Amino acid sequence: MRNEFEHEQLPQEEFERITIDSDQAERIEKPSLSFWQDAWLRLRKNKAAVVSVVVLLLFLILALIGPHLNGHAGDAQNLRHANLPPKIPGIEKMGIFDGVGNLAGKKVDLYEMKKVDEYYWFGTDGLGRDLFTRLWLGTQVSLFIAFVAAAIDMVIGVAYGGISGYYGGRTDDIMQRIVEILIGIPTLVVVILMIMIMDPGIMAIIIAISITGWIGMSRIVRAQTLKYKSQEFVLASRTLGSKDGKIITKHLLPNMLGIIIINTMFTIPNAIFFEAFLSFIGIGLQAPDASLGTLINDGYKVMEHQPYMLLFPALVISILMIAFNLIGDGLRDALDPKMKD
Amino acid sequence: MAEHLIEVKNLKQYFNVGKSSEVRAIDDISFSIKRGETFGLVGESGCGKSTTGRTMIRLYDATAGQVLYDGLDVHAPKSQSENQTLNRKMQMIFQDPYASLNPRMKVLDIIAEGLDIHGLVKTKKERKERVIELLETVGLNREHAERYPHEFSGGQRQRIGIARALAVDPEFIIADEPISALDVSIQAQVVNLLKELQEEKGLTYLFIAHDLSMVKYISDRIGVMYFGKLVEMAPADELYRNPMHAYTKSLLSAIPLPDPIYERSRVRHPYNPKDHQYGPDEKVEFREIAPEHFVLCSEKEFKEMQAARM
Repeated sequence: MRNEFEHEQLPQEEFERITIDSDQAERIEKPSLSFWQDAWLRLRKNKAAVVSVVVLLLFLILALIGPHLNGHAGDAQNLRHANLPPKIPGIEKMGIFDGVGNLAGKKVDLYEMKKVDEYYWFGTDGLGRDLFTRLWLGTQVSLFIAFVAAAIDMVIGVAYGGISGYYGGRTDDIMQRIVEILIGIPTLVVVILMIMIMDPGIMAIIIAISITGWIGMSRIVRAQTLKYKSQEFVLASRTLGSKDGKIITKHLLPNMLGIIIINTMFTIPNAIFFEAFLSFIGIGLQAPDASLGTLINDGYKVMEHQPYMLLFPALVISILMIAFNLIGDGLRDALDPKMKD
Repeated sequence: MAEHLIEVKNLKQYFNVGKSSEVRAIDDISFSIKRGETFGLVGESGCGKSTTGRTMIRLYDATAGQVLYDGLDVHAPKSQSENQTLNRKMQMIFQDPYASLNPRMKVLDIIAEGLDIHGLVKTKKERKERVIELLETVGLNREHAERYPHEFSGGQRQRIGIARALAVDPEFIIADEPISALDVSIQAQVVNLLKELQEEKGLTYLFIAHDLSMVKYISDRIGVMYFGKLVEMAPADELYRNPMHAYTKSLLSAIPLPDPIYERSRVRHPYNPKDHQYGPDEKVEFREIAPEHFVLCSEKEFKEMQAARM
């Protein structure tokens, strides 16, 4: 019987002898990418994060130039122009932002009634101050507080956590007990006490936010330091004779940078939120300074009659929070794709 | 120049001294390594092999005892320059090729780290040339210098680790299980590379491993460790032919061979430290049973072993 699996004889001349080039054996085809290039490629693919970056940049620019756009000063009071609804040139003909507001239950063009020729894009408040200007002034202050607080958190947190983790032993014991005591006190109590001692203002809020805010960062950095300091590449560096400073700057920090950035990106929206919260309950920024929190506080009091006073700052703070969180998420996926930390 | 490059005398390394969690990782061991020799250190996981290597290279401060490098006590306080010279002369190759290279640094910078610390190169160009030379020594290409560790395989990474150690022209290299994380086919590559380098540069190795067949292949003399103690030390062939200590016998009986007939009849001898039944006044010491062959035993055991050898 014929074997049905029998192969056809392959012709000898179809084969060609090749030799292995040992140089080629070790070659790597892929282009070389550094960690940061790789992370950038991944971040670019994340649409939500990219959109958030664009939105955030837009808000940053607006916060910087917004207060100078329409010629009204943020603290100029004009009682004749008080409580005007938004009116924007161009859009007014479409039936929105046309200066029509409620007066004793009837819809009236308040600009016409009060004989106001100017345009207040986002309306005015009870003292006749331009809300568009105040909104971006407020955003400026809120962002400033958030960035400074996050930067302070980062510096103190990284230094504290790094020292505690790197030197270990008794130093670590003492430093961690201090942190445990600090974290045992409710944040709000510390903050309120701080603000009562100091003059209310931007500095007071920044200090209040920073005073306990760095603890989270310090714990993360300590854990990372503990993880990396016993890694073999650090030991190798030590056997080569590296000093502590070099090990920290060349080996530990570059490896921790990703998680530090991610954590900072989540600290910023928290700081914005906390500042708004403090201003909202009345222990934050004091009049006539504006922040998103004070604007929301003002708007919420007249929510029923002049909803626009609440709407714009609320929108800005919401969009800011979402954008920062989405960027933070995107960065985490980009910098720590295996979710190891 | 002393005959022995390295002398370890009554070295002890305890962790958490004085606490209930005290660990005696190394408990009074002594051995010496001759110039140009490979000394293998074997034993089960957690017996103190790696700690021995790390204490010798000063990653840990010894609790007691001495490590002499060419007559110089490495743990004694020294001047900056003496420390630097010692760092250059003693180098280490690590176990895990995935953890021993900083993922954020280019291979060029990893290998050049030692060059930078000791100021061995003057210009950027010289630095790069030296790195490429080292890469070629360990069988890698010049184009690998600009790449990051994650782009390499385990064997390639281990060779980068070797190149880093070689950068400072060491005389003595502690190889801490350099092949245990590698594929068997790659293990031979790395071990052969180490052997070639030894012949070329006259290096002295302390080769720490738990793979007995590989240790036999590379080592001139072998020390067997058990729970922080050196239980037997002999030239490689002698140790394999005439294992004396019960633990060494047990260890050797655990080596599998790719031979089904032998494997069917291979009997494993489990080791139980209680079997020695040392009396309270018996002195358990390192005794020389045959030339160069030392065993940790009591006086009684010593006599029995000598009788058995006759």
